[in-house]
Amino acid sequence: MYQYFYNLLGNEIAATLITAAVPLVNVLLVALIGVYLERKVSAHMQDRLGPMRTGWHGVFQTVADFIKMLQKEDAVSTEIDKKLYNIAPVLVFTGTFAAYAAIPFSSQLIGSEAEVGIFYVVAISSLVVAGILMAGWSSNNKYSLLGAMRSAAQIVSYEIPTAIVILSMVMLTGTLSLDKFSQMQTAYFWNWNIFGGAELGLVKFLLIPFMVVGFIIVFISTLAEVNRTPFDIPEAESELVAGYFTEYCGMKWAMFMLSEYGNMFAVSAIVTILFFGGYQSPVGYVGDLVGADWMIPLEQGFWFLAKGWFFIFVQMWLRWTLPRLRVDQLMSLCWKYLIPYAFVNLIIIGFISLI
Amino acid sequence: MKQYFKDTWDGIWTVLIGMKITFKHLFTPAVTIQYPDVKVKLPDRVRNRLYVNIDDCIGCDQCSRACPVSCIEIETVKGVPGEDLGTTSNGKKKALWVTKFNIDFAKCCYCQLCVFPCPTECIYMTDIYEFSEYDRNNFVYNFSALTKEEINQKKTNFEKFQAEKEAQKAAAAAKPKTDTPPAAPN
Ligand code: SF4
Ligand code: SF4
Repeated sequence: MYQYFYNLLGNEIAATLITAAVPLVNVLLVALIGVYLERKVSAHMQDRLGPMRTGWHGVFQTVADFIKMLQKEDAVSTEIDKKLYNIAPVLVFTGTFAAYAAIPFSSQLIGSEAEVGIFYVVAISSLVVAGILMAGWSSNNKYSLLGAMRSAAQIVSYEIPTAIVILSMVMLTGTLSLDKFSQMQTAYFWNWNIFGGAELGLVKFLLIPFMVVGFIIVFISTLAEVNRTPFDIPEAESELVAGYFTEYCGMKWAMFMLSEYGNMFAVSAIVTILFFGGYQSPVGYVGDLVGADWMIPLEQGFWFLAKGWFFIFVQMWLRWTLPRLRVDQLMSLCWKYLIPYAFVNLIIIGFISLI
Repeated sequence: MKQYFKDTWDGIWTVLIGMKITFKHLFTPAVTIQYPDVKVKLPDRVRNRLYVNIDDCIGCDQCSRACPVSCIEIETVKGVPGEDLGTTSNGKKKALWVTKFNIDFAKCCYCQLCVFPCPTECIYMTDIYEFSEYDRNNFVYNFSALTKEEINQKKTNFEKFQAEKEAQKAAAAAKPKTDTPPAAPN
């Protein structure tokens, strides 16, 4: 992508900015639509209607909220650590946004074609923990601190099962590049990794159950990493006010919000790429049928967004289904269940891929 | 070990059951009533803002006395003979000008106690319940139909009449016994 714009414009800075703008726009749209969808989904799951009065069925509600947020006074308490307090939201958002650099939206729309894509995403998204800890600590507020501590413990623990499952996928496919991951699962849904990958044979069918297990593990643990219910103990509204961003307001608060929804899409994208074919269409391409090559990347973009949004919907669905876990339950789920399963899964997938 | 696998299975299975239930609810029609656009039907004997049909009011002050929070203020002036005050709808002759009939709905507790004693049934509950205000003073509703000039006129009329009556009385008293001084008008 960068190369394309570089050739077009012949200017490094302009090309970089345009390349960076695509994921940024995506994050903003995800937050804007995500918040609206969240409200609507939660409302309808509880037999309510949700926002109805701002535009048709309240579609402009988040826009209105956003404008309100822009106008808000930046209230800052006196006893805080100013420097860290101001850096924290930026750091959290940077961590989220940086993960998008390696995510392939379609075969043409890739920020960085780094060979170590998945590794980079796992590493850079841990930057968020530092931001959250900073926010909690510098706020000088017991709720913020508790939230931050819980969040750190949670993210660090759940990184392990995620990493193990990703490792098993890397073993199977032999690549770290997210683009190659997507390319390998060619354009039909039976070629996706969840159905055992593209190569037909005994291995494919042997793999299916273990892929499903891997998918469930990675889905649960990424859910925990982005602090969504049932793993939202860092922000637990009913216990900790708002957790680590209790003391924030206005645009700084909005940055935490943005990063939360950006993260939701990022982990959905990772799950999609690992198990559900990334940007590949489940049913083949219209572009192939009519012989219009230029259509394929657009279709891929559509399928990628559709899959990403589907998993965001599942995350919301889970949020309004399950109650919040207690801290000890959270830890026992991770250490006693997910990690052993992920480990056994890793070994079995290792043996199968030897066949 | 068996328990461990059973727990795992139960965990996943129950989550799926829960998700099935919430998914069903996603498509059940919402129970929300969109209030300002759609209003629920009020019950028959609902108690809301009062209304006074001042044409029927005879100014008997019974409602004001029945009110537990004293939020009805009534002032009346007697009509002078020869003045036609009209009749109420159930045929009672009116004798008093109601110069002031204020109900303070900020104080009113909507107990309806003022409604029952009214002899002409002219104070009653309406079905209006949306009358919030920015200023508390706006809750004082004035039901009297008379304008300021009319009120002043009625007052002076009555005072004149009173004075005349006093004068007559004084004159009548003065006639048979001239030595007694006239009673001081109060
Ligand atoms: S409803 Fe009750 S409180 Fe209100 S004016 Fe009548 S008697 Fe007074
Ligand atoms: S009781 Fe009825 S007639 Fe008497 S003053 Fe009140 S409203 Fe008027």
